[in-house]
Amino acid sequence: MAETLSGIAKLKGKVGEAWKPREYLIEGEMIRRFARAVGDTNPLWKDGNIAPPAFTLSIGFEQFVEDLMKLTPFNTVLMGSTEIESYQPIKRGDTITVVFKISNLRERKGQTGKMVFMTFESTYKNKEQELVARCRQMVIGY
Amino acid sequence: MSIQLYYQDVRKGDEVTPLVKAPTPRQLVMWAGAVGDYMPIHYDQEYARSRGLKGIIVHGQLVGAFLGQLMTDWVGEQGTLIKLNCSYKGMNYPGEAVTLRGKVLRKYVRKGEHFVECSLRAENPRGEKTASGTATVVLPYKDDYKRKGRTR
Repeated sequence: MAETLSGIAKLKGKVGEAWKPREYLIEGEMIRRFARAVGDTNPLWKDGNIAPPAFTLSIGFEQFVEDLMKLTPFNTVLMGSTEIESYQPIKRGDTITVVFKISNLRERKGQTGKMVFMTFESTYKNKEQELVARCRQMVIGY
Repeated sequence: MSIQLYYQDVRKGDEVTPLVKAPTPRQLVMWAGAVGDYMPIHYDQEYARSRGLKGIIVHGQLVGAFLGQLMTDWVGEQGTLIKLNCSYKGMNYPGEAVTLRGKVLRKYVRKGEHFVECSLRAENPRGEKTASGTATVVLPYKDDYKRKGRTR
């Protein structure tokens, strides 16, 4: 628990700070894998040329979770809410730059000790520096 | 693909064609790989129970993606889902159906574009709400529109 507590302090220090931007090249197979995982057979994304809006959630997410867990080794993280705004479809061959930011953090006492309610925001820009999507998610870590 | 939906087809209170999903542990593993979410509560039964859950649970984001599919299926190839938000209210367990529903809240025109806003809901087989939210879509507008004798 002590470890988790010190981690939360580190996390608190990050609130409002933009994390390091990371670039991802969108490949057709990433889009197809995503659609298969959802069980979404819409012909629009079948060939991997155009991504469904929820695909945005997958871009850079693994790296974000890894960075987050390095700061605060939560045992469990539950999703509280998800918001996705799409301004332009994300397509095969796009290079998307993702920036994450923790915008809000609250602590609360739960049954199994301290719980953290954290809201994080992410922006997705293409090579032309156009904002193609934006997400806001709330997670509960404990 | 189903017939294209037009702005004129939609009325306040209309139901979005429901979508039923039956996630399996295999699908959760596929999702984990697709988005890179390897939290063990989604694949390790014993671990999930040790964290106070009934068993492994469906990823919240996957339910969010199901709601996304509900809307993209409904709006057809010429419609666009521009905004989706949902809050997770309860657990979905693999092996149980997840029913995704939507209802038209309002429709409006802004800067020549035709918007429809819907409320969203995910349910477990007991009819309990496991997620709720809203979605905004843009639909095509047909100039020579004649209303088809169909209910949506």
